[in-house]
Amino acid sequence: MKKQIAKRIAELIVILIVLSFLTFLLMYLAPGDPAEKRLSSQGVAVTKEVLQAEQERMGLLRPFMVRYGEWFGGILHGDWGVSFKDDMPVAPKLAAGLKNTTILALASLIISLIVSVPLGIASAVKKNSILDHIVRLLSFIGNALPNFLISVLLMYFLCIQLNLFPVVASGSVQGLCLPALSLAIPMAGRFTRQIRTETMEQLEQEYVTGLRTRGVREKDILIHNVFHNASGHIFTIVALQIGTLMGGSVVIETIFRWPGIGKLVMDSINARDYPTIMGFVLIMGTIYVVINFISDVLYHVLDPRV
Amino acid sequence: MKKKKAKLRKRVIIAVVFAAILVLIATFSGVLAPNDPYATNSELIRQAPSAAYLFGTDNLGRCVFSRVLIGARTTIASTFFLVAVSFLIGIVVGMLCGFYGGIVDDILMRIADLMLAFPQMVVAIAVAGILGGGLGGAMIALGITMWTSFARLARSHTLSIKNEPYITAARLQGKSGLQIMMTHIMPNILEPVLINALTQIGTTMIGISGLSFLGLGVVAPQAEWGSMISEARAYIQIAPWAVLFPAAATVITIVVFNYLGDAVMEYRNAE
Repeated sequence: MKKQIAKRIAELIVILIVLSFLTFLLMYLAPGDPAEKRLSSQGVAVTKEVLQAEQERMGLLRPFMVRYGEWFGGILHGDWGVSFKDDMPVAPKLAAGLKNTTILALASLIISLIVSVPLGIASAVKKNSILDHIVRLLSFIGNALPNFLISVLLMYFLCIQLNLFPVVASGSVQGLCLPALSLAIPMAGRFTRQIRTETMEQLEQEYVTGLRTRGVREKDILIHNVFHNASGHIFTIVALQIGTLMGGSVVIETIFRWPGIGKLVMDSINARDYPTIMGFVLIMGTIYVVINFISDVLYHVLDPRV
Repeated sequence: MKKKKAKLRKRVIIAVVFAAILVLIATFSGVLAPNDPYATNSELIRQAPSAAYLFGTDNLGRCVFSRVLIGARTTIASTFFLVAVSFLIGIVVGMLCGFYGGIVDDILMRIADLMLAFPQMVVAIAVAGILGGGLGGAMIALGITMWTSFARLARSHTLSIKNEPYITAARLQGKSGLQIMMTHIMPNILEPVLINALTQIGTTMIGISGLSFLGLGVVAPQAEWGSMISEARAYIQIAPWAVLFPAAATVITIVVFNYLGDAVMEYRNAE
């Protein structure tokens, strides 16, 4: 077991190094010259000499591997480079954005689990009842709704028609509700489906029949045994959604102006601010890979048969 | 059991009919559109739905109904194209890897693993952003990770049949690897990979319209539902129809194709 984990960690490190290389390569190959973009956005007339001086200053003229080595070395020392847009260091910006994005992601995860765990279990227990059909229909539709659509609709009905929330989130608790809800709705749809399947599988196990014949109450079986056994898989189910959650948060943060890392990257894309975009890809990739790793290890720890 | 099968078959037929209707609408949207979807009219800005403009008009006085119809073509055609290309690349790569094995298999599967190691939408946003928008860029951005699921599936199915007696027989007849793959392996692995393609349509549509919504997909003024919603949400208070109709079109289309994927998969699993 320990040996396996060590091997997986070694793999993880290789994947992360390759990720950093690919990210850098992507920015290197990207069309459009950041020096030119920067100069023209400052209103400077772009002559050949000015452009070359700016490229020199931004370090764009040195060979690829030198630049990659410097950038990667800097990352390891906590220096993620300076923004092409305003010459501020990238790392603190990314950290601040990441904090806000984490708040948003956790809020939406909590909302969707609160909704989907009871619904998933209830619809599995009362299979093919009216409740089950309604839950399945709702989770099917929830799954088919793109994030941006949900947020625009929520904005229209809750902010404009009913005037319940402020339209711009800007970091307040009240402003957190709508973006979190927009992320939570499609996720809750998927969670409910998976928890329903998981609970149904548990209910078909022999131990449930055993408990029933011994006269244990159905409620106790559900709470103490079925839920307990199924809950081990909840982390796996959540981990599977992390990628979608990351992509979704870019869209949602942009719409609601939530000051997270997703909004930061959209602003950076518009300004061709490569160091910030690279930092974003690297952070998201790392979190994704690490969470998948943890979920894998947990899965093995919780279920020694695998 | 037979009864259940018949019920599932009915579901598949219903789903196919609805999907076919959508594809037909998209194909003939040019004929069906009552007005020119790109004609602006300063006297008809943000008109409420009426007989002449079924879904009203937008900020530039363009007919929302016609734009929704033309947008169906953009969304459905680009989704089908992207899924088809990923399918082709995936099935070729998967078959080659599974059939020949060896170092090529190792390298290609490592690349596929690597692609799966990153969140798809994050990669897509970064790549589309760097390529600087445009529908082509958005499709490349989504395709980078998409082909891998097809390749893995095709590979594992190839592996499971490549030692079957009929393949050995073909080999003994002196058929070349290419011939064996085309005449024996391909027809046998086609079905599961095609079903995978069906189930990917919904998510691909969400991806393309999501990127367009962010301004990383289609370029204005081309009509596409995501970008229409994005443009019109600025004045949603005054002209909600310019958002609600493309929104409804998006939801209906994704629901129909997801339903089709689910129905076909359940039907196959029941066998």
